[in-house]
Amino acid sequence: MDPKDRDNTRDADDKGRVFGSNESSSKQRLFTRRKVLIGLAALPGAAPWVRSMADSLADVPPRGPGDLLGKYSERSKYVQISRIPEAGPGMRNVDPVNAINSKAPLDKLVGIITPSDLHYERSHAGVPEIDPAKHRLLIHGMVKKPLVLTVYDLMALPSVSLIHFVECTGNGWENWKKADENLTVQNTHGLVSCTEWTGVPLRLLVDMVGVDRQSLWMLAEGGDGAGVDRSIPLTDEILNDALVAYGQNGEPIRPAHGFPIRLIMPGFEGNLNIKWLRRLKFGDRPWMTRWETDRYTQLRPDGLATQFQLRMDTNSVITSPSGMMEVRPGYKRITGLAWSGHGKIAKVEVSTDEGRTWKVAQLNQPVLYKAQTRFQMDWMWDGKPTKIVSRSTDEKGNIQPDRKSFIARVGTNALFHYNAQQTWSIDSNGKVHNALS
Amino acid sequence: MARFTTLCRNTAALAALFACTLAVAAPPNYGVGHPATPEDIKLWNIDVRPDGAGLPEGKGTVDRGKTVYNTNCLGCHGLNGQGGIKDRLVGGQGSLATDKPVKTIGSFWPYATTLFDYIHRAMPYTSPGSLSIDDTYAVEAYLLNLNGILPDGATLYKASLLRIKMPNRDGFVPEPEFVHVTNSR
Repeated sequence: MDPKDRDNTRDADDKGRVFGSNESSSKQRLFTRRKVLIGLAALPGAAPWVRSMADSLADVPPRGPGDLLGKYSERSKYVQISRIPEAGPGMRNVDPVNAINSKAPLDKLVGIITPSDLHYERSHAGVPEIDPAKHRLLIHGMVKKPLVLTVYDLMALPSVSLIHFVECTGNGWENWKKADENLTVQNTHGLVSCTEWTGVPLRLLVDMVGVDRQSLWMLAEGGDGAGVDRSIPLTDEILNDALVAYGQNGEPIRPAHGFPIRLIMPGFEGNLNIKWLRRLKFGDRPWMTRWETDRYTQLRPDGLATQFQLRMDTNSVITSPSGMMEVRPGYKRITGLAWSGHGKIAKVEVSTDEGRTWKVAQLNQPVLYKAQTRFQMDWMWDGKPTKIVSRSTDEKGNIQPDRKSFIARVGTNALFHYNAQQTWSIDSNGKVHNALS
Repeated sequence: MARFTTLCRNTAALAALFACTLAVAAPPNYGVGHPATPEDIKLWNIDVRPDGAGLPEGKGTVDRGKTVYNTNCLGCHGLNGQGGIKDRLVGGQGSLATDKPVKTIGSFWPYATTLFDYIHRAMPYTSPGSLSIDDTYAVEAYLLNLNGILPDGATLYKASLLRIKMPNRDGFVPEPEFVHVTNSR
């Protein structure tokens, strides 16, 4: 019998057993069962596909020959996973022409590595189409030997591959003043991602061109229309960590992320990781570019602005259950991501009672320096409304602040560097919503 | 998983060792790249610092700037630098400590040199770098005039631009970590 026909003539009773039965009552029960299945399918969860369409092994389609092998392995047609282009805080579902960033689907990602095509993006003048054969990196200023390098020159040099997060300074900016309850974690925290970067250590280039020891700042400039440029302090930490990268997750960096070369500044503001890098100039003081005066500075309540707040602070967020998901009473695995520009994550604590008590979550390996760290915790939800929240501590002892003390310290006009604890409220129906605390 | 972790640790250790080695030993001659000539550098050396380094000679008037602005900038930034679809450029002085701060050239930008650098490198959005040096001076003069920083009929040139103290010049507090940068090189 064709399995499809079999499916039409069989049904399950309320104990889950499968019987042959007369057609009319079978159809009725099938209708009821389909309603149940649709209900299950509609329950928004963490997986990027509808939850369940087969409640018996007999409903699972039979095996058979598959598609031809191809040059690329595409995602399954059943997987619905994508970034969301957005504009500023509260400006969602915008025309792509007006989008200034595109957020990573943190609720649908597993582990710590972001696939390159789902890595968040902030581009200041669109994505330039650069021919790598015509791209050049000029290194000059306070150096003995100013140099012009091709991408192939860089690829000929000794390289390193390191796993690091990159985070936009605007990450979290939806929740500065209020919490729109209908936001997902992709909306609230989708401006952070984590990939493997391959390239040449900055220190190697510094030594190669003979940077003057009096030079303590470096201007990095991109080849995009805006020519985005930032002054970078040459601390030991930055000299040890920074790369001029050409590879991301094992392949050439994709255009949206800086093809053919990009500066990688582990742990520091995303915009310092200059994409489409074409110039490094060494000097003895910062240049005070537009991006480090008018833009990526933080307005304080007294009207002054904090400048060169370059490091991304200790942060974490529960990605499941998170905004717009639904949970049922019983066992629920809580999982999420933690990261810090200060170094490794040392601890993540989770509260399931609105911050009154905290339990230490498990950190999944690997736990890497300036990389996303996956945490998880067992939880039995009793079905009563509550709020869940995570807080991370890094290896330097920095603790992610609660929102109240964070706002008391920073105010609500800073726009950038929001790293307060993220609270998700769960109502009696199991619906999860964005909340301030 | 244990193996992967070990691998990562080893990679980190190797990277650290690599960095240390580079810090003490003279690098080998890798034989890559070619020397940047002064002509090469001149083509791309567009940055302008607050002390005037990189600021080219040239001049432009407020009146000429209005014409340049209305031709190249008005479409995005609006008539008189307000009400456009992109950043507001005029007004907002006195608003920074309120619940609705308005950050503009007049209320927020600390350096006139930054404005010159940015207009010259990045504007207009559809053809960055297309304004001449004189027209860059002119459009900056017009924007400073709209913000009450330059009088009507003024001419802006290198020396006069460097004399300008922007209203929010003292409005920034650098992060202590990067006030005095040092390294062990």
